[in-house]
Amino acid sequence: MAWQNQAVFRSRLKRFYGFYTGGFIGFLFILAILEQMGMPNRIIGYVFLLSTIALYAVIGIRSRTMDVNEYYVVGRRVPAFFNGMATGADWMSAASFIGMAGTLYSEGYDGLAYVMGWTGGYCLVALFLAPYLRKFGQFTIPDFLGARYGGNIPRTIGVFAAIICSFTYVIAQIYGVGLITSRFTGLEFQVGVFVGLAGILVCSFLGGMRAVTWTQVAQYIILIVAYMIPVVWLSVQDTGSPIPQLAYGQVLQKVTARENVLNDASTPDGAREAEVRAIYRNRQADMEARLKALEAGGPTYLAREAAEMKAKLARLKAAPVSDGNEIERLETALRDFPSDPAQARETWQKAADIARAKAAPIKAHAEPFPGLGAEKRLLQSHPGASPDEIARARAEDDRESGKKRKNFLALVLCLMVGTAALPHILIRYYTTPSVKEARQSVFWSLFFIVLLYFTAPALAVLAKFDIYTILVGSKFSELPSWVNAWAAVDKTLMSVSDLNRDGIVQLAEVTIGPDLIVLATPEIAGLPYVVSGLVAAGGLASALSTADGLLLTIANALSHDVYYKMVDPHASSTRRLAASKGLLLVVAIAAAWVTSHKPGDILFLVGSAFSLAASGFFPALVLGVFWRRANRLGAIVGMLGGLGVCMYYMFTTYPFFGVNAPKWWDIEPIAAGIFGIPVGILGVIVGSLISPAPSKEIQELVDHVRYPNLEGRPARAT
Amino acid sequence: MRLTEKQKQYWKRNLRLTGVLLAIWFIVTFVFSYYARELNAFSFLGFPLGFYFGAQGALIVYVLIIWFYAHCMNKLDVEYDVHEKGD
Repeated sequence: MAWQNQAVFRSRLKRFYGFYTGGFIGFLFILAILEQMGMPNRIIGYVFLLSTIALYAVIGIRSRTMDVNEYYVVGRRVPAFFNGMATGADWMSAASFIGMAGTLYSEGYDGLAYVMGWTGGYCLVALFLAPYLRKFGQFTIPDFLGARYGGNIPRTIGVFAAIICSFTYVIAQIYGVGLITSRFTGLEFQVGVFVGLAGILVCSFLGGMRAVTWTQVAQYIILIVAYMIPVVWLSVQDTGSPIPQLAYGQVLQKVTARENVLNDASTPDGAREAEVRAIYRNRQADMEARLKALEAGGPTYLAREAAEMKAKLARLKAAPVSDGNEIERLETALRDFPSDPAQARETWQKAADIARAKAAPIKAHAEPFPGLGAEKRLLQSHPGASPDEIARARAEDDRESGKKRKNFLALVLCLMVGTAALPHILIRYYTTPSVKEARQSVFWSLFFIVLLYFTAPALAVLAKFDIYTILVGSKFSELPSWVNAWAAVDKTLMSVSDLNRDGIVQLAEVTIGPDLIVLATPEIAGLPYVVSGLVAAGGLASALSTADGLLLTIANALSHDVYYKMVDPHASSTRRLAASKGLLLVVAIAAAWVTSHKPGDILFLVGSAFSLAASGFFPALVLGVFWRRANRLGAIVGMLGGLGVCMYYMFTTYPFFGVNAPKWWDIEPIAAGIFGIPVGILGVIVGSLISPAPSKEIQELVDHVRYPNLEGRPARAT
Repeated sequence: MRLTEKQKQYWKRNLRLTGVLLAIWFIVTFVFSYYARELNAFSFLGFPLGFYFGAQGALIVYVLIIWFYAHCMNKLDVEYDVHEKGD
């Protein structure tokens, strides 16, 4: 009976999403035709954002429910295939959709840490968690900790950890939503945040996990279509092949060849690059000299400099023939002149850093863990350097390279373990009909995720090829139109300036923000504006779907674990759902409020969420299944220890907090989990061994979780 | 309820499979990345090999690991009579 219903349900889903995909493509065509007939770009942007949000709202409202089982786990009947798609959308955030290709563009090989880390983690989900959590079959991750380790303390720590990592992550998502909405509609960032928030709430407010699941499937389809179309087009243009993932190997070779030309000062192009780099080297030296003088002179030095500039300005103005350009330049410089030493130190340090980066040779895209290039630089400036000097330069390069490799591996590990510990992903495996489907569902999840993660490195290389060969070397008077269009929107995303005044674009004269790569690809490929709108809608879908999953996780941890399990275990289901929805609203507004203050670096926020989850959850969850002896004290010590070490390290080393303590073994704060995870594991083991073994009931729970079906027990624990 | 010998064996086989797949995961992820510079000396499909592994090779292996695990375990469940019945 049940499986018949399930089969009917599955074919209905297939039909629905089949029609939906067809309808969506039809909608694209109609808009493309309207664009040809003269519909303005701005309207197209609005149509995309509004119609997709309206679509999610319709699905969300149609999925409204007052049933607890439906609200928390979609009645546990989401087929593996669809749960895979929903997990894909839940998983891929604005950082994956918009940020990743840009990171790969600027970092080359070293950016692949994100590609590997955010996919390989699913192996850990499949092998260690998904089937067992599904068999356990409750509603939240703290539920498992509470049942496995007994008592409210492990559950409370679980709630705390779930909230802290989901909240950091959700801020990054809402930030992405605000950015996209404001860029494509011209609304203020703060307004964009709250408009996006409305979009998030219409998906989850009425139907909880049920509504989120079905909108996530719809969002996955939009985001994957939006990601693929421009890249395929670009690939056809550059390589003649419609499969960019296979074809970009050839393009990568061309990019490498071009890098060598641009780095070689004996070629005409390379010589021009060297000229611009020399300008930056001077600028760097100038800024460093100023910083040094500031250290020595402090406020007096600043005042003297400002006075000198004012005097010069007065002299210029008094001159019989006034130099308009020079006066204007000096006036701007004076206006931007820092008013106090702290501000001066910050601006000049930043300017020096930028100049240093620009003065360096181009990083080879495919080269892993590049050193400082000290050896190369030495041989260029002093061809007759002694073997001793060469060896010293080489050692310097090796040290830098080793540091990068260490951080790469540490970051990969943190991202992977964090993947297998983020509650909003793990709860998705509560929603499948069986253990068997939970296992298959992890496969489908990674399959759908890999579709995009295969494409991002291809996009980075294709975009790099276009910029290195078409933009670089073109005349300033004939810049491609997308360059001017994006430079007008945001200078940090795109700017070019002719530093050496030769009228030709050099690579060192181009500044590209990482987010630009995905957003501008349609224009780089010369596609109609409809595709740009589509990409914006895809970015929005990725951010909304992740934000939905995260907000629901936080609200459920509070309403289910705190309110229902600890405060009022006799609450009726109506009250439980009312509490959950109320909390969802409160958490969402709090998150939007924090976001509207623009708190720092998105990639760091996202990365730290992974380190926190990896240190806090992973040891206790996995050992809870695989080590019967693990007990309450172990869980408490392990979770608190792991989280504590991870947070302590981030706090003391991330510049934002201003402590700036020395790093441990040169590990960057984003990979703090590398210290938190072992401490967590050790904590669980030591804590368990010094206290008595868990009770017989709990040991039986472990067996219950390990076997999909033990004779004499109900086949499904729902 | 005590586990039968057969059921204990099921868990052992599961652990063995998990261990082997985890080892593959570890090698592909950490050993290959560690030697990425050295691997780049070889070429594969037009890519330097080290780069290819990070961008595609490892991902393919991950998908296969998960597929293989699901496939084997779902069969093992039936073989040891611990599969879910009725649906």
